[in-house]
Amino acid sequence: MAGLAAVRFRVNGVERTVEAPPVKRLLDVLREDLQLTGTKEGCGEGECGSCAVLMNGELVNSCLVPVLQAEGAVVCTIEGVSVDGRLAPVQQCFLEEGGAQCGICTPGMILATHHLLEKYPQPTLLQIQEGLAGNLCRCTGYMRIFEAVRQASERGRD
Amino acid sequence: MAKTEAPKPILGTSPLRKEGVAKVLGATRYIDDIALDGMLFGATVRASIARGRILDIQFEQKDDLGNPIDWSKFTIVTANDIPGENTIVHLTKDHPCLAAEFINHPEEPILLLAHREKAMLPAAVAAVKITYEEWPGVFTIEDSEAGIERAKAGDETGVIWRGHGHGGGNNTFKTYCMLKDQTEIPESVWAEAAYIVEGEYRTGAQEQLYIENNGVIAECVVADEAVQEVTVQGSMQCPFYLVHALELVFNLPADRCRVIQVETGGAFGGKEDFPSVIGSHAALLAMKSGRPVKMTYDRAEDMVATTKRHPSRTRHRTAVAKDGRLLAGEIEFVIDGGAYATLSPVVLSRGVIHSPGPYDWPYLRVDGRAVATNVAPHGAFRGFGAPQSIFAVERHMDKIAGVVGITPEEMRRRNFLKSGEKTATGQHLSDPVDLQGLLTRALREADYHRKREEFARTNVGAVVKRGIGFASFFHGSGFTGSGERRLNSLVEIELNAEGMPNILVSSTEFGQGTNTILCQVAAQTLKIPYDDVLIAQPDTYRVPNSGPTVASRTAMIVGKLVERAAEQLCVTLVGSGFLAEGYTGEEFKDGAKRYLAANGALKASVRYQAPADIFWDDEQYRGDAYPAYAWAVYVAEVAVDTRTYQATVTDFHALQEVGKVLHPKLAAGQIEGGVAQGIGYALYEKCVWQNGRMANNQMTNYIMPTSADLPPIHAHFEEVPSIHGPGGAKGIGELPMDGPAPAILNAIEQATGIAFGEIPLLPEDIFARMTGTDGAEKLNPDVMEPAIAAAVGEVGD
Amino acid sequence: MRSNPAHYEMVAPATLDDVLALLAHAPGVHTPMAGGTELMVALGAGRLATRRLVSINHLRELRFISTDDGLVTIGSGTTFSDVRRSAVIAAEFGLLAEAASWTGSVANQNRGTLGGNIVNASPAADSPPALLAYDAEVRLVSVRGMRTLPYREFHLGYKKTALEPDELVHSIVLPRVYAGWVGYIRKVGTRNAQAISKVALAGLARMEGGRVRDVRIAAASLREIPVRCLATEAAVIGREITAETIQAARVAMMREARPIDDIRSSAKYRAAVAGNLVEEFLRRLL
Ligand SMILES: Cc1cc2nc3c(=O)[nH]c(=O)nc-3n(C[C@H](O)[C@H](O)[C@H](O)COP(=O)(O)OP(=O)(O)OC[C@H]3O[C@@H](n4cnc5c(N)ncnc54)[C@H](O)[C@@H]3O)c2cc1C
Ligand code: FES
Ligand code: FES
Repeated sequence: MAGLAAVRFRVNGVERTVEAPPVKRLLDVLREDLQLTGTKEGCGEGECGSCAVLMNGELVNSCLVPVLQAEGAVVCTIEGVSVDGRLAPVQQCFLEEGGAQCGICTPGMILATHHLLEKYPQPTLLQIQEGLAGNLCRCTGYMRIFEAVRQASERGRD
Repeated sequence: MAKTEAPKPILGTSPLRKEGVAKVLGATRYIDDIALDGMLFGATVRASIARGRILDIQFEQKDDLGNPIDWSKFTIVTANDIPGENTIVHLTKDHPCLAAEFINHPEEPILLLAHREKAMLPAAVAAVKITYEEWPGVFTIEDSEAGIERAKAGDETGVIWRGHGHGGGNNTFKTYCMLKDQTEIPESVWAEAAYIVEGEYRTGAQEQLYIENNGVIAECVVADEAVQEVTVQGSMQCPFYLVHALELVFNLPADRCRVIQVETGGAFGGKEDFPSVIGSHAALLAMKSGRPVKMTYDRAEDMVATTKRHPSRTRHRTAVAKDGRLLAGEIEFVIDGGAYATLSPVVLSRGVIHSPGPYDWPYLRVDGRAVATNVAPHGAFRGFGAPQSIFAVERHMDKIAGVVGITPEEMRRRNFLKSGEKTATGQHLSDPVDLQGLLTRALREADYHRKREEFARTNVGAVVKRGIGFASFFHGSGFTGSGERRLNSLVEIELNAEGMPNILVSSTEFGQGTNTILCQVAAQTLKIPYDDVLIAQPDTYRVPNSGPTVASRTAMIVGKLVERAAEQLCVTLVGSGFLAEGYTGEEFKDGAKRYLAANGALKASVRYQAPADIFWDDEQYRGDAYPAYAWAVYVAEVAVDTRTYQATVTDFHALQEVGKVLHPKLAAGQIEGGVAQGIGYALYEKCVWQNGRMANNQMTNYIMPTSADLPPIHAHFEEVPSIHGPGGAKGIGELPMDGPAPAILNAIEQATGIAFGEIPLLPEDIFARMTGTDGAEKLNPDVMEPAIAAAVGEVGD
Repeated sequence: MRSNPAHYEMVAPATLDDVLALLAHAPGVHTPMAGGTELMVALGAGRLATRRLVSINHLRELRFISTDDGLVTIGSGTTFSDVRRSAVIAAEFGLLAEAASWTGSVANQNRGTLGGNIVNASPAADSPPALLAYDAEVRLVSVRGMRTLPYREFHLGYKKTALEPDELVHSIVLPRVYAGWVGYIRKVGTRNAQAISKVALAGLARMEGGRVRDVRIAAASLREIPVRCLATEAAVIGREITAETIQAARVAMMREARPIDDIRSSAKYRAAVAGNLVEEFLRRLL
């Protein structure tokens, strides 16, 4: 059996060190070693985006990141989006507009929205569609999600 | 006491989803987010053949990499370990919990394994080597029918299901005959009809593709070598279905089988019957190991082994008058049920009843049949048989219009059902029905007439051809026929210590908004703030059986019971003097607390009462099939690119009359989500079968629409209150699945001039027909250059 | 997860030289992992054959886009997002920028690298048609030094490349000579986004006096490797774009395409669509 690697990285502002097989998926490290279960597994093959987190400010699917490659990284999960349990504007808009139905895609969708609004503070519909295309939602048909993103970008403006 | 203003009505507004904050915070705990002390992980060893007999099972001592496997560290369960009956009961007992000897579909469960470390399981599963005697499989409706025919001549090799003890017959789970007015179609009608129009329509299997896979955690109390109690928590729609399954598998009374629904990440029918399987499996492992056992499928296993929408074949033969009026129809509706009966009989029933569409048929005969194949059992999926048969009838209506030479619109207008008329089951439509008005409005919202005319003009010679089409349809709310009578649902509302009402139902939330609308109904009835109403987690030890969360029944049937329970609660509180009329929210809580101080507890409890004027005759298959119907017209606009043969939906208008809209945002969300699934059903989602096994069981190869594939979806509502639902609501959940596919194919017919009769309709299918490479006639020569036709023939030599 | 992570090793030497030394020490033992968007999928599905991995994702030496007068050099560790953000690529190598924009989703583009895309060598991959059209070169590096190869000689057979076991792809080199050329690229996938291509075609041409002076046509999913469609090019070079030229190009394309039936599409469809795309490209030259 191969050995474990000690990996240090910052998760939601907290310095963490985990001992894990180096190819253990960041997804599993977050969920199992750090009990951050807000990050979900929908497919395990990079298709659905429910495991999306921000790594060094970039949206990544944590099911495809071996934890060794997170060494020294700054990671933000859904648990790090809210501040002291207070909803961030993106979360508030998803809540109000019905952007979350069953909620399983929601954490990844919210992080993807975050990333999108960082790139395009006033996104066009096309930019929203492209920016969220890696986050599959089977419940909503995406319309309420688009609306939530629009509302969030409006709020970002004022 | 100061009179205060009555609170504003909450029904018809859009309060925040009850469990919404936790969901956007990522704090919601789904089953895979829960870990119990000492918990093991379970896995399933599955059949690698479609049909045959197990000869031998070997446990290899090393895995594929040569690492030794310590089998003593694994819990192993076989069919022999089952303390009760080896069956997953739905309507019949033909479905084994674990295959003991015979295999009837690929990936059929044979053995269960559990281990402390989840990572140890895949190699162990692969190291169980099973040898089989393999028999030829039956994989399609046609194979299954051929097996029945051959059996008549004495060759039984194609018979895979015999109906013994379960009703049905050779390869046939169930048949229905729906005969309007119990009257056969007179020969003279056919003889005198101006046209006889025939058509065959097919629909494929569809994967529910909830983003959270199936999963459960089971615990078992064993004493004196016998199971005393089983507890299963998990992702599911119908906790009491699982209770019922566990009763048989463990030979326990219902009150020793506890089932708890935890937050469920999408279901769409896919977690209606299947949790009985995975729940029983995990519980067996828990029994054998004495530990809690978690079983969650990964995506590939969930797709390959769990239920899908039934594939179907519908044949129409219709007698039509010169002016397009329907004179008589014969409909043959066949669904592929897969290897075991599971819910196929009821899926068939809903499909049969919806097969005539919302039209007035003077004579009608519908023959429905659910047949067996060596494919994993097909099961519930939003719409439950109706999307299949409605696809057929709505394509067929356009076909008839073409034959008669009238527009699709005129065809519908001449045949729509009206208030006061009777449906094919003889149900008198006493509620107002205005399909003419719905059609007018839907076409106006979609700008149908102008676009249809414009596309007809601009398509000539265009590379991207456009089309607009529609479908009109209905969907019955609640269980079919006497289903609700049999369910006999019970709903309770109790007061908690703070004087807040807590709704106790087995109805589950999986995204559709159950929690929210039931709390709205109670809040409005009790005239207290929405935030003051609670709803309990469905735990069968705590909540009564208010029936399964299926069949568009929750808002209307359960909602009505909640309304009645709330009324009862209010009457008790006011009648006992603890609450004065015109109370405020705070006064309600105070009064409730005083009531509790004086009386200890208060629980209002109401049971379903079938409306006196609703009657269903199972024998004759006639009567009031559903208490109420939702009516709808959906309009789809498409573009077909003749370079790629890809059809894309470019705009979509969905108009429905669903009674009172309880929560506009949730309702729109239901419609949009359903339409998106319907678009997937029509144009993208194809299960590729290889010897009965789904070959594309990955999200990368089973193509559901992304945010970049959908048009704007406009949901419009008409509200005609129904007396059967709370505040006048009817069912809404399944309806949006019915209309998109036929509307889209009707639009594609305008774009391409080709009458496609099968879904999913992929670019390859459009290509084949446009270029005539499937041998079909070439209907629209201007979309294909001769060079392609010439060159295509040379490929692959 | 269908494999046990404990059965795999991965190391991350600090520098490119260290990685190359490791690869040279026992060639073929360690498999490099860049963005992992191929390898981690294989790992998750339980079909990653190799047990030893070396991470190259962190190597700054491989993640760059540099320009000089004649060339743009793209490090193999450059992600698709990097490619999309590059002004020079957008301005001069639009086909590559476009291909990058439809390679998977944003999250995949943030991780997936150009080097991984070509070494993985899927016939359906998105960047190869553009690289072939631009007549790119690949630079391969090992302890033995650096060698340069025309990219069209890189793919040898189905999932087989010219890469030696001790080598890494260092970079991809694009000549800055395409001012005035007309480009065309189209991917026909299973859906609009996050799709694997059923057919994709890149075209690049320069017209002179109404005739095709130079032309490059390259395709994905038509053969076991990404290919330049030389017969199709030959059918149009030196000609005016007329109905006959288009027809000849289509026929040539049909002849040289050797697509397959698989769970995503059919051979006939792929070939026919390739013909249609060729026509669409040629009409753009009018
Ligand atoms: C959801 C999803 C969608 C995708 N969509 C697309 C798509 O639309 N189009 C497309 O083309 N691809 C797509 N891909 C595939 C993948 O993202 C690309 O092929 C990507 O470019 C691979 O790069 P990587 O760095 O992640 O590769 P890795 O997984 O790190 O490596 C892939 C292979 O390349 C080798 N390798 C990597 N870098 C080097 C190097 N510098 N030198 C030598 N060998 C090297 C590795 O050893 C391995 O064999 C998709 C993948 C996923 C998961
Ligand atoms: S679980 Fe990572 S993308 Fe689906
Ligand atoms: S809300 Fe259920 S998958 Fe998106």
